[in-house]
Amino acid sequence: MDAILFYILAFLAVAGGLLMVSLKNPLSGAFSLILSLCSLAGLFAMLHAEFVFILQILVYAGAIMVLVIFTIMLLNLKTEELQEAPVGWMRAILTAVLCAAAAFGAIQIFGHVQPQAIQVAPDFGSMETVGRSMLSDFVYPFEVISLILLVAIVGVVLLAKKVI
Amino acid sequence: MPGLLDIVIIVLKAVFIFGFALTLLPLLIWFERKGSAFIQDRAGPNRAGIFGVRLAGFIHNISDVVKLLMKEMMIPPQVNRTYFMIAPILGFTFILTAFAVIPWADHYVIGGRDISMQVADMNCGILYILAITSLNVFGIVLAGWSSNNKFALMGGLRSTAQMISYEIPLGLAVVGIFMVFQSAQLNEIVRGQGQLLFGFLPRWGVFVQPLGAILFIVAAFAETNRNPFDLPEGESEIVAGYHVEYSGMRFALFYMGEYAAIVLSSAMIATLFFGGWQIPYAPTDTIIAHAALWLKVMLAGGALGGLAFAGLMFAWTKRIRGRFGDMREHEGPILGTLSLLAGVLFTFFFVKSLGLHALPDWGARTVALVAQISAFAVKVLFWCWVFIWVRWSLPRFRYDQLMRLGWKNMIPLAFVNIAVTAVVLVLLKR
Repeated sequence: MDAILFYILAFLAVAGGLLMVSLKNPLSGAFSLILSLCSLAGLFAMLHAEFVFILQILVYAGAIMVLVIFTIMLLNLKTEELQEAPVGWMRAILTAVLCAAAAFGAIQIFGHVQPQAIQVAPDFGSMETVGRSMLSDFVYPFEVISLILLVAIVGVVLLAKKVI
Repeated sequence: MPGLLDIVIIVLKAVFIFGFALTLLPLLIWFERKGSAFIQDRAGPNRAGIFGVRLAGFIHNISDVVKLLMKEMMIPPQVNRTYFMIAPILGFTFILTAFAVIPWADHYVIGGRDISMQVADMNCGILYILAITSLNVFGIVLAGWSSNNKFALMGGLRSTAQMISYEIPLGLAVVGIFMVFQSAQLNEIVRGQGQLLFGFLPRWGVFVQPLGAILFIVAAFAETNRNPFDLPEGESEIVAGYHVEYSGMRFALFYMGEYAAIVLSSAMIATLFFGGWQIPYAPTDTIIAHAALWLKVMLAGGALGGLAFAGLMFAWTKRIRGRFGDMREHEGPILGTLSLLAGVLFTFFFVKSLGLHALPDWGARTVALVAQISAFAVKVLFWCWVFIWVRWSLPRFRYDQLMRLGWKNMIPLAFVNIAVTAVVLVLLKR
């Protein structure tokens, strides 16, 4: 049962990601990304990490993707206006070589590591655990990120407004 | 692995809450029509009837459904077909999914089995509802965009902007509730509201978080796209907004989704701020301890209600005798007789129950269950009525007013609420 669910969700997550980069219509791409994110949330739910599951939907699918779609709709691109990107053969070959090299290196480094079944703590991904670790062990990165976000918001307002 | 019985119980619970939400829809539509008529001093719908039985306009719902089912589902040539078809389904599905965590009674213990009266007893139930309702935007956005129509697109854009703006005060208003009740589990929050404040006031969310309650209710109105926040479909400005191109059952899905959203918001307001299934001054233990008395009171209430309604119907029949000269005159006697029968039945059981002094454990718990479900339903219905009441009393906002209210007034107030709550909680702990 669990395995079947896992394979369905994993397939949807990967398929959504692939569709997102391959579909031509920007809105279709955005929706494939939502499919991928929701499947990922389902995988978190299967680990009983309820809070992570909810955050995944609330923040990524619910907030960020709504903004992305909002932007796409505001631009309201016609399909005819979307030009084919010129295929640079040199670039493509270079990318393929680099990816192959990276994959080869990863296999060399991690290939001999035997997979181990790790017992997930019962409160893994619960609201209490996430909150506690955010405000104790990871309080410094947490605050730094909020500062960076604040700077970004102020910057956007500064750029967007002509008169302040 | 869950046993067969567990699966059956979960399915029954899901059927119950979906049934609750879906049966409220026609009732609400009737409420809206008759309520608006009442507020505007009109008669309201009273034409549709089956062989003359009109039930004060309730039959209009049936004729509406028949009409919408029969109607052609137009697909205009300019639309993006796939998204045009998916959008109404998305809009309705997510709202119904969110009902999964609404608790409607205390734990029900029967045969050594502890059944929590909500479909999914999640640790962060409120956040689940917020997450799922935030997905609901997609239905509206897609409908607006795929219709390929300027008015529809405007409606979709307005709706997106409004919903993401008001999700923030909605979420922040709930934070105060988290802090007071020390939990995000809806059933825990409701249980926390069973105690008394200063010995006489029920410890409901609205009394410990008055500002939070106001913010939440206002934001909930905005989230459901109801007046005074119904800019997405402002019919005088942008025709009907995002669903202007829809017809037939696809339009009906949007229409039902709006009412399902009202039911959901009412259920959330009742759960978070008005004690959910708690009956004031009567925690579950008290009801179970005095179950026989509660049973008698409930049966007596049913008997009185039935008899009173029958009397009302018969008096009304007498008053209108000969005024219409059609089948309408038979409605009173028929309804009155049915209600009289129900009243007599209740009286019979009431007389039977007079000899009872103690109930078996399962009986006592069932009495508590029924009482709590009724309390929850009454609260939800009350808030549904408030949604209709406000819609027919207030004018629509202007767009800039809407945004100013959301970002410049409600969000700062929500932060103030959180800060004040935190300070008070710390002071109380010392």
